[in-house]
Amino acid sequence: MLCEVQDLGRLGWAEAYERQRALAEQRKRDEIPNQLLFVEHPHVVTLGRNAHEENILAPREVLERAGIQMFETNRGGDVTYHGPGQIVGYPILDLNGWKRDVHAYVRTLEESIIRALNQFGIQGERSSLNTGVWVNGAKICAIGVHISRWVTSHGFALNLDTDLNYFRYIVPCGLSAPVTSMEQQGVRATRAEVIDALVHHFSECFEFEVQVLETAQ
Amino acid sequence: MIEVVMPQMGESIVEGTLTRWLKKPGEKVERDEPLFEISTDKVDTEIPSPAAGVLAEILVQEGETVAIKTLVAKISEGGEAAAPAAAPAEEKKEAAAEPPPSEKVKDGVPEAPAAAPTQAAPAPAAPAPQQEAVDADEVLGPLSPLVRKMAREYNIDLSQVRGTGAGGRISKQDLEAYMAAQGARTIESAPAAAAAAPAAPKAAPAPAAPVAPLQPLKNRVEPLSIMRQKIAEHMVNSKRTSPHVTTIHRVDMTKIAKLRDKAKNEFKNRNGFSLTFLSFVTQATAQALRAFPIVNASIEGTNILYHGDINIGIAVALDGGLIVPVIKNADEKNTTGLQRSIADLANRARSKQLKPDDISGGTFSITNFGSFGSLFATPVINQPQVAILGTGSVIKEAVVQEDDSIAIRSMMYLALTFDHRLIDGALADQFCQKVKQILENWSEQIL
Repeated sequence: MLCEVQDLGRLGWAEAYERQRALAEQRKRDEIPNQLLFVEHPHVVTLGRNAHEENILAPREVLERAGIQMFETNRGGDVTYHGPGQIVGYPILDLNGWKRDVHAYVRTLEESIIRALNQFGIQGERSSLNTGVWVNGAKICAIGVHISRWVTSHGFALNLDTDLNYFRYIVPCGLSAPVTSMEQQGVRATRAEVIDALVHHFSECFEFEVQVLETAQ
Repeated sequence: MIEVVMPQMGESIVEGTLTRWLKKPGEKVERDEPLFEISTDKVDTEIPSPAAGVLAEILVQEGETVAIKTLVAKISEGGEAAAPAAAPAEEKKEAAAEPPPSEKVKDGVPEAPAAAPTQAAPAPAAPAPQQEAVDADEVLGPLSPLVRKMAREYNIDLSQVRGTGAGGRISKQDLEAYMAAQGARTIESAPAAAAAAPAAPKAAPAPAAPVAPLQPLKNRVEPLSIMRQKIAEHMVNSKRTSPHVTTIHRVDMTKIAKLRDKAKNEFKNRNGFSLTFLSFVTQATAQALRAFPIVNASIEGTNILYHGDINIGIAVALDGGLIVPVIKNADEKNTTGLQRSIADLANRARSKQLKPDDISGGTFSITNFGSFGSLFATPVINQPQVAILGTGSVIKEAVVQEDDSIAIRSMMYLALTFDHRLIDGALADQFCQKVKQILENWSEQIL
């Protein structure tokens, strides 16, 4: 199966969301092959479908003053933060042509990220607590997915050299599980290098043939 | 009537949480149009309608987690049966005539936590209950699996229960009300029945007549809240990181109790919040932390980080959790200032108005379990701090004095849990004695 890969670079969350939606619709109609988009968002806090308001600690004004936008989304999961230094991946896949299995999808996504991290000497692991990829009890990559007619959207957010201070706005009580980044784990890598690794392992784990598209941005 | 069930979203998935209905009862829905959303494992999925028609009935509410293949809704084909009231007649026929696909049974039954609703649905696997369920439907129209199950468990004749739902449908509340009424009646009539000796057995072979209208206790699965998960992780992490040792000291609070008694009314009038023992303890602790900087420190790798500020976290109990807002530079505040901070932080914690800054930067914590009546406890260290002070209830006791007389004194236990990697017992006890000495010899004015 073919999967087109595209790095859209810096893109606002709302624009990226629209883009995903349009692609997912096209994918449902089988007009395009599977897609894997990479983006980097400006500071934004998003609320998943199961989000608990209490997990956003700062009032909207404080977030605004800190230059953070806020959006409600239809992905699974709670509150999360995206921002510069984070590699956000949005796979738009038709699972009808793969496995119609939500768990298998999420586990495979995790597996490809764990393998990519391993390439940089980081031991990523799963946690029974929460979906995503963890390093020594700190979350390095968050996952939240939406599925409609077995077509996926949303995806994962891997901290490369994210300013982790921004996560404190959504930390639910000072008792939070810590977050970490590849940089904090002592890895110096460029965004392009990490995306290369992610694409490679993504294609291996999902058994997709990938085609990297040149990007305008 | 088309039955809509919780779909299986993967091989290993046995249940799903219905997060949102995208249609309301009575609303038209097209085939393949998204009907509801479910959530499993941080994946949110839109479920399309299996048929075109009108959403006749919703059987699983938003937020409920049910086993796969559980009936979640019914769709009536053809617009005319739109009104829920019209549903029973049609439904009756369907339930009897159309055996559900056998797959339903195969997949649904083995899962223990989910077995109940599945079993209660009209499935051919369990002949007896099914019989009953179908019978009930014949007479009473559609019943939720829960109602069927309750009726079976408590041996209730459903034809005796008045339904208050749409079209006279019997809800769980109706059943509970009926059981409560039955229970009351049974108790009332009990002495009479006893006098009449061998009470005539009722028509139903009731092994356990509903004697007391106790609410049934059921196994229930609900997800840990995010806050709960974080607390759990934090607590386990702390216990794993630090060897915890707790030392207990008894403090005579009589002098402060008298001071407080004298001042509290005026204090409340002047400030609008109450004067509590906690502000005295916090003040004494801040002073003691100045004298023992190692208690106000953290371990960083192979270094000791002595904090330049004394920022005291105060544990605040919330519904289903706790939070530890921080009083910054607590050593620079007087009793009133500390009390103001405590009242403000506690209020904002409970109304979820805390800012990120309010809960960060703590260098030491105090937890006041005395407010819930505890004498002393062994609190868990709030990492990366190295100690936490617990304050017990202030209680009047008969205490033997220096001169061997016995006096009634207001006593309180202080419990200090410390990280034995950094702090030894001798130092911890000196620290506690310092706090004790400040409290017992309180010299400051309050107002």
